[in-house]
Amino acid sequence: MMSNLVFLPIFIPLFFGALLVFFNKKQKVTINISFLVVLLSFGVSIFLSYHVFSDGPLILETGGWSAPYGIILVADKLSVIMILAVNVIALTAAIFALSSVTEKMVQHYFYPLFFLLIAGVSGAFLTGDLFNLFVFFEVLLMASYGLIIIGGSKHQFRESVKYILLNLFSSILFVTTVAFLYSVTGTVNMAQLGERVAQVEQQGILTGIGILLFIVFATKGALFPLYFWLPKSYIVPSPIVSALFGALLTKVGVYSMLRVFTLIFSHKLELTHTFFIWIATITMIIGVIGALSTSNVKLIIAYNIMPAIGFMLLGIGTFSAESLAGTIYYLVHDMAIKAALFFLAGLLVWHAGTSNLKKMGGYIKTAPLMGWMFFIASLILAGIPPFSGFIGKYLLLRGAMDEGYYIAAGVGLLSSLLILFSVIRIFIGAFWGELKEEPKQAVKTSGLAASVVLIAISVLLGVGAEWFYPYVQAAADSLIDPQIYIDYVLKE
Amino acid sequence: MEILMSILAGTLFAAGVYLILQKQLLKIVLGTALLSHGAHLFILTMGKLNRGKPPILIEGVKNYTDPLPQALILTSIVISFGVTSFLLVLAYRTYQSNKTDMMDQLRGTDDE
Repeated sequence: MMSNLVFLPIFIPLFFGALLVFFNKKQKVTINISFLVVLLSFGVSIFLSYHVFSDGPLILETGGWSAPYGIILVADKLSVIMILAVNVIALTAAIFALSSVTEKMVQHYFYPLFFLLIAGVSGAFLTGDLFNLFVFFEVLLMASYGLIIIGGSKHQFRESVKYILLNLFSSILFVTTVAFLYSVTGTVNMAQLGERVAQVEQQGILTGIGILLFIVFATKGALFPLYFWLPKSYIVPSPIVSALFGALLTKVGVYSMLRVFTLIFSHKLELTHTFFIWIATITMIIGVIGALSTSNVKLIIAYNIMPAIGFMLLGIGTFSAESLAGTIYYLVHDMAIKAALFFLAGLLVWHAGTSNLKKMGGYIKTAPLMGWMFFIASLILAGIPPFSGFIGKYLLLRGAMDEGYYIAAGVGLLSSLLILFSVIRIFIGAFWGELKEEPKQAVKTSGLAASVVLIAISVLLGVGAEWFYPYVQAAADSLIDPQIYIDYVLKE
Repeated sequence: MEILMSILAGTLFAAGVYLILQKQLLKIVLGTALLSHGAHLFILTMGKLNRGKPPILIEGVKNYTDPLPQALILTSIVISFGVTSFLLVLAYRTYQSNKTDMMDQLRGTDDE
């Protein structure tokens, strides 16, 4: 079905983001408009999801050019789940922003860049065209380049240079790969690519191009061995920016892999997907080692992004309906919990006045609610039942074991334990014991409220898995059979 | 013609990769600029180079120039133009605040 509704999750943040550029000196107006926008966008995404799950995917053929020729936007089940998750993050980020975004940040265009980021991420989830995926990647990266240097401190510049150079290089590789793919197949439309690659049974050169694309997405998603840029560049900006990056940016890389390696390059599983399983396993190990190696609170959380990405890749590599459902479940869970943890870590660092765990202690007396929220968030992250991390990990590990990948599953279980250790270390170090130093400032209420909302969502995703799982399974079922997507887009 | 263009694109890629492996920030920025030029030429070449042919497929006309790569390049040029100019300003500001433009001195683990 054709509908302009598909365009709204991109248009609303893009339009208001551009509008807010003119209000950078008026903090009150900006905050009011931003709340209006996130609520509107959230409402639209719920409406869109309702439509897609009841009436099937929606397509927008821009300019009236039909599918393989024009630029199309496709909202299928996977896309709308992701759009919904993005808008939840945007909503909570807007709440968190009340306490954390200073007047100076507003003047330096925090809100326009924030909405541009949301528009870019939404666009990447909705596009049905590989070149447009590149364009939306650039939109969200450009916004992230702006966000990462707000504040303009010495170490921010130092780390953001590396972040930007690496992402720029992978973008150039992306556009080169699209050119390769165009010369071989003669199209950049994802549905038609899927069809044509299937026709020639993914010959050698196409697998090569597939691996190149994997390298591009692995750089964005911080997989081994392309993760070096991630941890330090994610901790230098303001906590709200860290949370947005941790929750959204790497997940766009995972989503792209999920899309490309189920729809287009899914015919030589023994070459590509087995390779993914090994990469996923090593990523989990390296990420956990990183998280254990430091006593900087923010850095521990940043390193914990990597094992999560490893888990998701494990699901893509296993490539069964169940493991893909696990990947989607884990993706949504991880967006919520990573944002919550980055929020909490930011609040903790403000409260303590330092990010060094060794200088903290006893804050459960001064900030009890934050402490217990941190504790629950740690359990959710590690995947303790009945929370949401457990459901995703259970599906992923069972999928991996069913297909006989015992080593990867074992490493996954072990790394979960170590993840729990690495985050509970923050809880023990910062909240237990005697008060070492007086807190520098009280915990900000709206910041804590945002974290509570996200943790509540995570708990709900775990306890209420019975309600959410059918939708996720439906999305995974449509991924495992790419013909559904192809037929729908090309109307055959 | 395609072979010549491919060699040219390859040369740009090689020079770009050489430059981004340097230590000085400005050379790296120039390297990324060369790399993106290489990528753009490459896209153009991938659409087959037909000179003096109409860009649109009319019924009966078998020989035409593919308009899609040109549209792709235009988008890509605008993006890389924006990113490069941003990167130049950022490199300058990084040099100003860190008092160095050498990549091996731009690392640190300090808790600032």
